[in-house]
This record gives sequence, structure tokens and C-alpha cells, in this order.
Amino acid sequence: MIVGSFLRDIDFINSAYLVASVLFILGIRGLSHPRTARQGNILASIGMLIAVVATLLHPDVENYGLIAVGIAIGAVIGAVSARAVKMTAMPQMVALFNGVGGGAVALVALSEYHELIPEPGEIPLETLLPTLLACVIGAVSFSGSLIAFAKLQELMTGRPIVFPGNQFVNGALVLGIVGLIFYLATGEESEGLFVLMLCAALVFGVLLIIPVGGADMPVVISMLNAFTGLSAAGAGFVLDNNSLIIAGSLVGSSGTLLTILMGRAMNRSLSNVLFSAFGSAVAAGPAGEAETRPVKDVTPADVATMLAYADKVIVVPGYGLAVAQAQHSVRELADELEKRGVEVNYAIHPVAGRMPGHMNVLLAEADVPYDALKEMDEINPDFPQTDVALVIGANDVTNPAARSNESSPIYGMPILDVDKAHQVVVLKRSMNPGFAGIENELYYGENTVMLFGDAKDSVTKLVGEVKTA
Amino acid sequence: MSGDLITEITVFVLAVFVGFEVISKVPTMLHTPLMSGTNAIHGIVLLGGLIVVGAEGADTLSKIAGTVAVAFGTINIVGGFLVTDRMLEMFKGRKKPGEKPGEKDAP
Repeated sequence: MIVGSFLRDIDFINSAYLVASVLFILGIRGLSHPRTARQGNILASIGMLIAVVATLLHPDVENYGLIAVGIAIGAVIGAVSARAVKMTAMPQMVALFNGVGGGAVALVALSEYHELIPEPGEIPLETLLPTLLACVIGAVSFSGSLIAFAKLQELMTGRPIVFPGNQFVNGALVLGIVGLIFYLATGEESEGLFVLMLCAALVFGVLLIIPVGGADMPVVISMLNAFTGLSAAGAGFVLDNNSLIIAGSLVGSSGTLLTILMGRAMNRSLSNVLFSAFGSAVAAGPAGEAETRPVKDVTPADVATMLAYADKVIVVPGYGLAVAQAQHSVRELADELEKRGVEVNYAIHPVAGRMPGHMNVLLAEADVPYDALKEMDEINPDFPQTDVALVIGANDVTNPAARSNESSPIYGMPILDVDKAHQVVVLKRSMNPGFAGIENELYYGENTVMLFGDAKDSVTKLVGEVKTA
Repeated sequence: MSGDLITEITVFVLAVFVGFEVISKVPTMLHTPLMSGTNAIHGIVLLGGLIVVGAEGADTLSKIAGTVAVAFGTINIVGGFLVTDRMLEMFKGRKKPGEKPGEKDAP
């Protein structure tokens, strides 16, 4: 410790943490525009490097062997998965990363408690309480994120799983966890109870997420993101480390803000998402009169003619587009149309896809310029002046019942005003209702035609037809 | 290390405000990179792992838990920043006529 005593000075290390925190904030600020975003990400990563190196210089850090092992393993897994992951699988990836972060926090809290127990004297409450909270939130985030991952990766059903009395079990678990936190915080030192609390939190994480359906994942992933951030901030209080507090609270506020935005875009509160098992019962619902109504079925050639002679086309992509991997074909179609002088834009609903902003990434991957990607509020006034609205794999976010039918479960949800376009073309596999099991009024509209089939096949056919139109 | 609790709470509260301020300026379009980027940033918990496992006299439990925490944190940091960069690289503006592909769009 005599070597490099200046570098191992606590003030020096804390200054490095300050620089790192500033770089995190500047990095996130870079994300306010696609032009500066990449640079922002690099700034944040430099900040992280500074924070890590500063910690390695910390006088309390003396054994480097296991650190090297952990970093090597983590770096290989992280680098390989970051390169290999498909853009369609980003929601799973983010869910997994949330979980891994939460797990790390829980482990740090566990070992801190384990280290503090044998020390003489009481553990000060200002260390103890954040240890308990960080452990619980981290553990809930860990197990909850793994369930979200399993649902998105389709390792388990994406439909809500409910069992009788699960609200009661959840309630009992929360009471139990709160009780344990209180008991342990009032000075009772018991590693056994700490582990019990940790296990209860893990079970609660699982039970919290299994009743949530696939279409609600944008809200849930954002919430778990907030949990992981908050737990990291909690670990900062445990370790008296400001960079952890700052970075954790930045992530916590990001996750919270996204949760609010996503909930607003679905017109649903967080508790409604978590506790109502949306789409579980309705899916098997009765075949009402709606399903017997006729729809206008057309051929790719018909659609190609509409598109080729239009002035303005808006593409409305949804999760179905991602599933069919149709983003590249859509881009080809837009290229062909633009060659003919047709203006093509994309209307992106905030909850299109399985996580916030998912659809934008998929289209960016297919080289769609970001200026053509329009947010809901920006593009809604354009629909009445649009010749053709091409709906690909989007359903509930285009349902006019959300505006007009007070009895509809999605009434009040902000939607894309697709039905106001002169002509609506819906690309759809079959007439099966969407995830929420709600009949879409759009399909029966005067100005709506349906092109049935796999989205990618249909779009590829359209490209061919437009070329010869 | 006995930190000043009030100072820490001050830092926390101010950071939350800064976070809300900065993040509310991120356009919807970039919300996925924002999430993967914040994944990388909460990898900061790696620091906790380093302190746990690097401590002189850490026992077996701390060593195992700490090493796993270090690995987890590193996955977050390395994976998060790389995948965010991969995504952001794909966001390109409309090419102006006469502009060569790959060139940056004018501000």
C-alpha cells in the first residue's frame, strides 16, 4: 500500500468517482438525439472504466486474483452475448441484464451482512437498513427478470399464469418480507433470517411477474429496470459509495420514467398491469356477432396498385412484423415506393413491440432512416391526408374502439388514428384476435381491406408487384 | 468508513432529479438503447463486488458471492455498452441527394 499511495488516496478515488458520475450524466444526455447518442454511450463507458479502475486502487481492495477471474468470465459472457443477440431478441436481453444486475446487488448485500455480523457492536441502522432493502429489491429484480426473460424467450407461456389465491400469497409474502426487514433492522442479528428474507424476495419476484402477459412486457421490463437501479443505489448507501448512489439513481429514475410513459401509452396503471392478468380470460371469450361480419379480402396485386399510385403512405408496424422478421422486406418496399415518388413514413406507437422503442431499433437495423420514424402524437394529424395506411402486425394500437367504445377493455388507450386514412390495408396472418383478445373494429371499416398471409411473404410479394405496377 | 447519511441522501435525491431531467429529453425512438445503456450503468454494482471480494480476510461465502457479483456486474457493463453501441450505430438519418452513403447527415 506504500506503492502509489497518492493513487490509493481516498480523496483521489472519490474525485475519480465524481468524474465518472459526470460522464454518466453527459452520456445519457447524448441520447437526446440519434446523432449524438453513440458518442454519449462511449462517454458513459469511459466513466465506467474510470470508476472501476479507481475502485481497484481503493486501499480496501487487496486481493486481485478472484477479481480477475470474475471480470474475465463476465467480460467474455457480456461481449459474446452483445454480439450474438438478434435485434428482435433485445427485450429478452435487457430483461436478462436487469436480472443479472439485481442478482449482483443481492449478492453484495448478502456478503456485506455476512461480514458485518461477527463484528463487535451493533451494525448502525444507516448501514443495516440499506443492506436489507438493497438485498430485497435486488432479489425481486433478479427472479422477476428471469421470469420476464423466460416469457419473452418463450421458454414458458407468454400468457398470464394465475392460480387461485395468488394475490393472497403475494400479500402474505410482502407482509413477511416487511416483517423480516423490520425485525432485522431493530437489531436482531441473524444470518438465517437474512437468507429467509432473501428467499422470500426471490419467490415474490417470480409470483409478481408470472401473472403478467406478453403484451404488457414493456411496462414490466421498465419497472424491473427501475428496481435494479434503485437496488444499486441502495448498495451505494451500504458501501458509502457515491458513484453507486448516483449511477443507481440515474437508472432508477430512467426505469421509473419509462414505466410511467408505457403505462400512459396503454392507459393502464402499474397495479392494473401487475394484478389484472390482462388477456387471460378474454382470449377464450365467446364468438360474438363481430366475428361473422364480412371483411374485404384483397390480393397483393390490388394492394400494390394502391401503393404505387399513392402520394403518401404510412407504414404502421407492430410486434407481428418483428415475429415475421419482415423489417428488411418493408424497407425494400419503401425503397421501391420512394423511387416512384411516394412519401413513406412509419407510425410508431409507444408500446409497439415488447419493450420501449423496440420497433425503432428493428427498423433502424433494416436501414430505415430515423427521420422517417414518427411518434404517435407527431403523425396522428397526418392520417387524414394519407392515401394508404399499411398496418403490418399491429393490432390493438390501431383499434378505433379505444376512442369510441366505452365498453371496450382498451377504451381510453391512445391509439394511432389509422382508420382516418383514405385507404387502410391490414396485413395479417388470420382473423384471430390480438393478444388481448379484443376484436379490432378497424378490420370492418368501410375503407379497410385485408391482405392475409405471413407478413414477410406478403410484403415480398408487394415489392414484386410494385416493381411491375 | 462511516459515511455521512444526510450527505448521501442529498446526493441520491439530487441524482434522481438530474436523472428525470436528462432522461425526459430522450426521444421515444431511443428508448431501447436507453434501457440497454442504463443496464450497463447499473453494472456499477461491480464496484460493490470488487470491494467485497478484494477485502483482506474475506471468507469463503464472501469470496464466492463477491466473485459472482463481479462477473454479473461485468456482464452488465461489457454487454450493455457493446449492445447499445451496436444499436446506435444502426440509427442513420435520411441521405441527402448527392451525399455518399455512410456520411453523417447535416445538423
